[in-house]
Amino acid sequence: MSTDATLSFEEAMEKYDPVLGFEVHVELNTKTKMFSSAPNVFGDEPNTNVNEVDLGMPGVLPVVNKTAIESSIKIGLALNCKIAETCRFARKNYFYPDTPKNFQTSQYDEPIAYDGYLDIELSDGTVFRVEIERAHMEEDAGKLTHMGGAAGRIQGADYSLVDYNRSGVPLVEIVTKPIQGAGSRAPELAKAYVAAVREIVKNLGVSDAKMERGNVRCDANVSLRPHGRERFGIRSETKNVNSLRAVEHAVRYEIQRHAAVLDSGEPVIQETRHWHEDTRSTTSGRAKSDADDYRYFPEPDLVPIVASREWVEELRATLPEPPAERRKRLQADWGYSDLEFRDVVNAGVMDEIEETIAAGATATVARKWWMGEIVGRAKNADVDPGQLGVKPETIVELNKMVEAGKINNKMAAEVLDGVLAGEGTPAEIVEKRGLAVVSDDGPLLEAIDAALAAQPDVADKIRGGKVQAIGAIVGAVMKATRGQADAGRVRELILERLGVEG
Amino acid sequence: MAAINRDDVAHLARLAHIEMSAEELDRMAGELAVIVESVKSVSEAAGDDVPATSHPIPLTNVFREDVVGHTFTSEQSLSGAPDAYEGRFKVPAILDED
Repeated sequence: MSTDATLSFEEAMEKYDPVLGFEVHVELNTKTKMFSSAPNVFGDEPNTNVNEVDLGMPGVLPVVNKTAIESSIKIGLALNCKIAETCRFARKNYFYPDTPKNFQTSQYDEPIAYDGYLDIELSDGTVFRVEIERAHMEEDAGKLTHMGGAAGRIQGADYSLVDYNRSGVPLVEIVTKPIQGAGSRAPELAKAYVAAVREIVKNLGVSDAKMERGNVRCDANVSLRPHGRERFGIRSETKNVNSLRAVEHAVRYEIQRHAAVLDSGEPVIQETRHWHEDTRSTTSGRAKSDADDYRYFPEPDLVPIVASREWVEELRATLPEPPAERRKRLQADWGYSDLEFRDVVNAGVMDEIEETIAAGATATVARKWWMGEIVGRAKNADVDPGQLGVKPETIVELNKMVEAGKINNKMAAEVLDGVLAGEGTPAEIVEKRGLAVVSDDGPLLEAIDAALAAQPDVADKIRGGKVQAIGAIVGAVMKATRGQADAGRVRELILERLGVEG
Repeated sequence: MAAINRDDVAHLARLAHIEMSAEELDRMAGELAVIVESVKSVSEAAGDDVPATSHPIPLTNVFREDVVGHTFTSEQSLSGAPDAYEGRFKVPAILDED
């Protein structure tokens, strides 16, 4: 494997203008496959989530999964696409052991969704519109494992093993139009685009959207042209770019590699490239050739899909609020600063805060609890904050107790621990652990008098106007009451006792 | 549609993984040309009022509800496989493609 020459990203950007294009495959999370009733389940015993249709047995008939069609239409709508009134499936013919039928059932000239766009917000707030060419339906292929040879790669493999559990899993392939004008933001845009698609399909509930499981997979096309030239350069297509970080790195690397090829006076070869996470580079796959002559033709075993406008509008009415719009709305509603809101999003507690506010907390209280108490506990337990089991009602109840002066913040945190340990409701735990702020002034005054008597010099200072010295007395009282006093009330009483105005 | 020539047949044969001798290619080029011409006459017969179709019956939206049905066991899946290993189909490594 030879190492390709690269230019620095800065130099590449000085000399060339990048054009991008993406094909993102989204695995739908239907219960069954696209054309068979076998379960669509990840990671079971090989070749058991299949039946005769998935194994491509002769004479079988595929039947279209209605839910998969609806999910595909929803994706099209969320990508601002037009939905085809009628469309068909087509056979894409090729020989490879991941496809037992020797063709993949896909869509060719009649995709179910076309002509859409997605507005992508970059980190500095710049909005970049990515135009969507089409989103079409197809089926996933089986999984090949190359055995022998070097490190599981196909080069030098002795044989391959095939598991068809993934065969026939419904896919929607989203294809962009050429993306121009991104300039040096191209790698960032690439990552942000794939992240946005992933977020949308997750928000729609049509895919589990886990990139590490291959639910969302990206092929990244990159070409360069000299600044000012309209005609596109020759592109490469990098496969297996299956994490958001990898998308960014792969685009950056290919820009640097293309620039070096063009600088040397050679043409870029139109080919498939393989992404390698370990070296953060790509290697040559195969050149585009006759093998790409797929001889598409209409699938004779499946009848056309007609998406009536009524059906499309019914589905449109079920769409959730788009993720980007929802974030904007929530931040405005809650009055968080950009930084506060970003921290909330990054901590993964936006939904939880929304629920907590819905349960009756203020935005400030909800954020204080989730960011101040729960995120840290989740980190210690190595789980997502939402999985810790804190109910919005618990937070609302704890906060009420604090506001009513029944318990202080320190006790509230202790009560939360009790709730998480399954000791009961906050009220029960307060009762059981004897956690109550001492609000009867009698015992407090006793403790205050004792503290003042023990530290007469401090008492004198306070009398003399050095009110900040009061901390020592408050501390002594809190200690004497084992933290169960309301510190604010203690302070008031001390000042009263000494005849000083706070 | 342009006439089918010998190179077209050789190309198709390669795509379809069919081994053909020189004589077969010659003969098939002639026969396919006739077949293509014959099929072409169908499109001449259809007027502007006849839409293109891929199906003889005007059915649409034949759907299945998303409900899990039957599956094979590992043994059933592999029962016709020429070779298998650890519950999976064993196939020759194919180097030419990705």
